[in-house]
Amino acid sequence: MLLIRCPFCGARPENEFSPGGEAHIARPPDPSAVDDAAWTDFLYMRTNPKGAHAERWRHTHGCGRFFNCLRDTVSDKIVATYPVGQQRPDAE
Amino acid sequence: MRFSFATLLRQAFTGNAWPEQWRSPEPKSAYDVVIVGAGGHGLATAYYLASEHGVRNVAVLEKGWLGGGNTGRNTTIIRSNYLQDASAALYEHALKLWEGLAQTLNYNVMYSPRGVLMLAHTEHDVRVFRRHVHANRLAGIDNEWLTPEQSRQFCPPLNVSRDLRYPVLGAALQRRGGVARHDAVAWGYARAASTLGVDIVQNCEVTAIRRDANGAVTGVQTTRGPIAARKIAVVAAGHTSVVLAMAGLRLPLESYPLQALVSEPVKPVLPCVVMSNTIHAYISQSDKGELVIGAGTDAYLSYSQTGGLHIVTHALEAICELFPTFRRLRMLRNWGGIVDVTPDRSPIIGLTPVPGLFVNCGWGTGGFKATPGSGHAFAATVGRGEPHPIVAPFALDRFRTGRLIDEAAAAAVAH
Repeated sequence: MLLIRCPFCGARPENEFSPGGEAHIARPPDPSAVDDAAWTDFLYMRTNPKGAHAERWRHTHGCGRFFNCLRDTVSDKIVATYPVGQQRPDAE
Repeated sequence: MRFSFATLLRQAFTGNAWPEQWRSPEPKSAYDVVIVGAGGHGLATAYYLASEHGVRNVAVLEKGWLGGGNTGRNTTIIRSNYLQDASAALYEHALKLWEGLAQTLNYNVMYSPRGVLMLAHTEHDVRVFRRHVHANRLAGIDNEWLTPEQSRQFCPPLNVSRDLRYPVLGAALQRRGGVARHDAVAWGYARAASTLGVDIVQNCEVTAIRRDANGAVTGVQTTRGPIAARKIAVVAAGHTSVVLAMAGLRLPLESYPLQALVSEPVKPVLPCVVMSNTIHAYISQSDKGELVIGAGTDAYLSYSQTGGLHIVTHALEAICELFPTFRRLRMLRNWGGIVDVTPDRSPIIGLTPVPGLFVNCGWGTGGFKATPGSGHAFAATVGRGEPHPIVAPFALDRFRTGRLIDEAAAAAVAH
């Protein structure tokens, strides 16, 4: 079980959280302007990397807020957690 | 060497060592088809390419050892009672091949049609499973509805008491479903393919996919040197996203650890396979006597080939509730495999936007049962360069057209 540091509540066990899938996928701002391929990419296509993965989590049984997390998918080690809207830490 | 009673007798009396079951050649510099991944699906693809499509200049590349991924880690359940017509056709195609597979390969794959019992614990389960039963019967696939008492008669150790937190309200039974020996499936296909001239190259990891100016594939770069091929078939299960990223492709896949465990061996106590999607557990007994128990996937994407202990604890709590007699059994081993899950819980089989590059992936938590059918239809797809009719609905394109094949009810946990 992971120990996840919620940016708002601190370190808590994994079963207080719900995963929300890959982070930093923006919904097209004008949905009617994009074609099927762009919609497919937004809805279904995922990076699924073996290595650093930016993902969303929600502290469901805590503050209830979404936040982002950078985790290594081979070791499951969490590199950083950060509020939604911030840049991915290793992208700077 | 062909296996028969006569060869068994001769080997027993002469004391000769059994020959190697498949060749382990150095990779050649070029092949007609390169298959990435020597699991059950990849080896079956190679075998049917060689035996039915006359394509024998084939290499199967494996980064680890043969059958060491999900083929050797699954809980070996076989059934075909899926809801949608396209899935039922695909899994039934596989089930028909299972029935004659030991004879076809001249290798005992220990297919045992002992029945798969899928338990319903809520009113919603009951309706969903009855709908499955009706859909299957219309498609000519055996599946029947049992009351709790009939379920207990079919599987005597099952607890059908009304006092359970989630009592058994009934079950769907597919009598032709069952189990097979997973390693024997990989070994049998490997031996048969190797005999037909297919090169199986282990400890050979693909590190890049090479393409020409038009984007078509020309070969792969591996840890054992470059290999040229005009057709590349990727059958890499949980690592499919990693391999196809080498060709610049993104897929609708996420990889999760799925866990299983076995108990200490005991005398025969469980006559069939029992699955429960609602309380997250499935169980059967191997011929060695171990209870083989499947748990759920972890909640988050990972390539760790382990999993959270709370996931298996959850499955064992469910097993102890359903089978109170198993409470004092000790567990021997626990492991994880990486499964590639699609949004609609159906596999992706067929062509990709890259010319010459084919993919067979997305089997999620339940690919073992489809091994022969998947390999058979995928071999036809690769051999002819166009989708076999059975796998045509499973094309990657369905995520753009919206023609999804929703099997989430069939495959929520136990597939």
